[in-house]
Amino acid sequence: MDIHEYQAKQLLSEYGVKIADGGLAYSPEDAVQRAREIGGHVWVVKAQIHSGARGKAGGIKVCKTHEEVSDAANALLGKRLVTHQTGPAGKQCLRLYVEAGTDIAKELYFSLLIDRAHEKIVMVGSAQGGMEIEELAETNPDAIKKIHIEPAVGLQDFQAREMAFALGLDADQVPHAVKLIQGCYRAMRDLDANMVEINPLVVTGHGDIIALDAKMGFDDNALFRRQKISELRDKTQEDPREMAAADRGLSYVGLDGDIGCMINGAGLAMATMDMIKLAGGEPANFLDVGGGASAERTEKAFRMVLQDKNVKAMLVNIFAGINRCDWIAEGVVQAVKNIDMKVPLVVRLSGTNVELGRKIIEDSGLPIITADTLAEAAEKAVAARNEVVAGRYQPPASRDTVTSL
Amino acid sequence: MAIFIDKSTRIIVQGFTGKIGTFHAQDMINYGSNVVGGITPGKGGQKHLDRPVFNTVKEAVEQAGAEASIVFVPPAYAADSIMEAAEAGIKYCVAITDGIPTQDMMKVKIFLSRFPKEKRMVLTGPNCAGTISPGKSMLGIMPGHIYMPGNVGIVGRSGTLGYEAADQMKRLGIGVSTSVGIGGDPINGSSHRDIFERFEQDPETKVVMMIGEIGGPQEVEAGQFAKENMSKPVVAYIAGLTAPKGRRMGHAGAIISASGESAAEKVEMLQQFGVTIAPTPAAMGETVAKVLAKL
Repeated sequence: MDIHEYQAKQLLSEYGVKIADGGLAYSPEDAVQRAREIGGHVWVVKAQIHSGARGKAGGIKVCKTHEEVSDAANALLGKRLVTHQTGPAGKQCLRLYVEAGTDIAKELYFSLLIDRAHEKIVMVGSAQGGMEIEELAETNPDAIKKIHIEPAVGLQDFQAREMAFALGLDADQVPHAVKLIQGCYRAMRDLDANMVEINPLVVTGHGDIIALDAKMGFDDNALFRRQKISELRDKTQEDPREMAAADRGLSYVGLDGDIGCMINGAGLAMATMDMIKLAGGEPANFLDVGGGASAERTEKAFRMVLQDKNVKAMLVNIFAGINRCDWIAEGVVQAVKNIDMKVPLVVRLSGTNVELGRKIIEDSGLPIITADTLAEAAEKAVAARNEVVAGRYQPPASRDTVTSL
Repeated sequence: MAIFIDKSTRIIVQGFTGKIGTFHAQDMINYGSNVVGGITPGKGGQKHLDRPVFNTVKEAVEQAGAEASIVFVPPAYAADSIMEAAEAGIKYCVAITDGIPTQDMMKVKIFLSRFPKEKRMVLTGPNCAGTISPGKSMLGIMPGHIYMPGNVGIVGRSGTLGYEAADQMKRLGIGVSTSVGIGGDPINGSSHRDIFERFEQDPETKVVMMIGEIGGPQEVEAGQFAKENMSKPVVAYIAGLTAPKGRRMGHAGAIISASGESAAEKVEMLQQFGVTIAPTPAAMGETVAKVLAKL
């Protein structure tokens, strides 16, 4: 789960990380009020969306008068900002963070991440801040310092000092940097974060060290014990389809293709999508219906997939272990009967009670295309999609028409 | 003996009396696994599925000679159960539980590393389907009947994609020595490489099939290990060709967040290490068949 910059800053400041004065605004009037409260004569109005690289997308505006603050707020509120992290649809800005302008002497980079290879938290720092770390890793990997932290004892001061010196800080700044680094680490550990990124970490003209931007991500598996963090969730920043799926106990990721998928198991789901691609199609979504899929759940999953109006054919691929093919088949038949399906459906069943499952599908008399193997299923789904695109597919008469007859 | 488990391996179930634990314990018993009891703190002394219930893993080891365990404990308590098994002297533990916090798994790994290697419990999972040595023992939640005994070792992150592979092989008359699920989490008990080491030592395994996916470095590490240390051929399939960067595909660990973590990059690296790639997920069985035919 991601949170906003202002939320991350609030959390980190509770752990002793220094930030500039700032406040949240939902309207231009709010924004001007925040600027008044902060005082001074330079303010930065920052769009709060779940993405980095907001500056390049025009989401960060430096203002020198209250009028400029108001104009900036007007321009940003309600706007959809597109960055390389948001995808082409962008993310809508509904909150602003107004911050005191900072006199920047030096921009640095600092982050904490989970290193999967070492199975430890790793500190990453660079004296070359401001740019994205992926970019720096490619252009100048030697400028990046990495230090691993032992989970049993946690971050030690000598490690934080080593990082501070690697960031090129002066001797009298190092103790302040150590405090900031320790604060970030304790926040990560205590709040079950899986990343804390301060980019840029700046040295001000007065020699202060502050987090000018802050990004935190949290381990979804640990949210059950971090209620305070769960409450920071901003649903306006998440894909509504994915959220609706999660509420139904399904794992869904919307994609750009037009062949809808319902599969059990994440690995098989990815493999089926690969197979669709290799057969010349593009998947519209990832959907793991999970183990023990009941008829009710199957129908919910169908509705989920078909909500996407791009979908021109649907593929169901189930390898039943805990699941049973007859249960799934009943769910599919029920779903097709209850939902007015306008696109062709290909079903492939395998595993426990496969014969029973196939018989239920055949006996239903519904226009369901069946397949024996993974390859056949993908090929038939792509072929069915092509029929739809070519305008040769005749959807079955809808229930309303049937009733009126 | 197959890697990890055999007909005689004495198995206990942690989270024995719960709904899921009961269902799968019964399934394992039906398969022929030697389930000697289970753990549910507070229910010690009772009988469940005709077998004794213990309060602690230590009691199960002392009184029932438990050697292997399977964990069905809910995510909030699962790390604790795994560490209890390690401390009690269990040799092999499979964690089925999905949803264990990452930092809990970091603690588990550190806890395990305290033990000298010869006394260290081997953990596979969490978030996996378990381990099966067909015809011998099943320590997992897979449909046992789709696996035929044979000489291909399977290691994979995914449950159902592993079933798909076993099924394709069975249709071609190819059997499995052991299939190990290492799970879909970012930090897991054993890596692909750890299981490769076992298969290399295992006289019953002739070919190894790795079923990997996007995210993390483990498939590539295993490929490097295979090139440097293995005499047995390795076949691999990496799922997630169509997965976009930065999006989590179901599994907590299935996310491309760094370079080298996409399916295409992993395939390229594995090919350089001499691993035979199954070009499509529908060709896992036939690719293994071709490699077997060359032996």
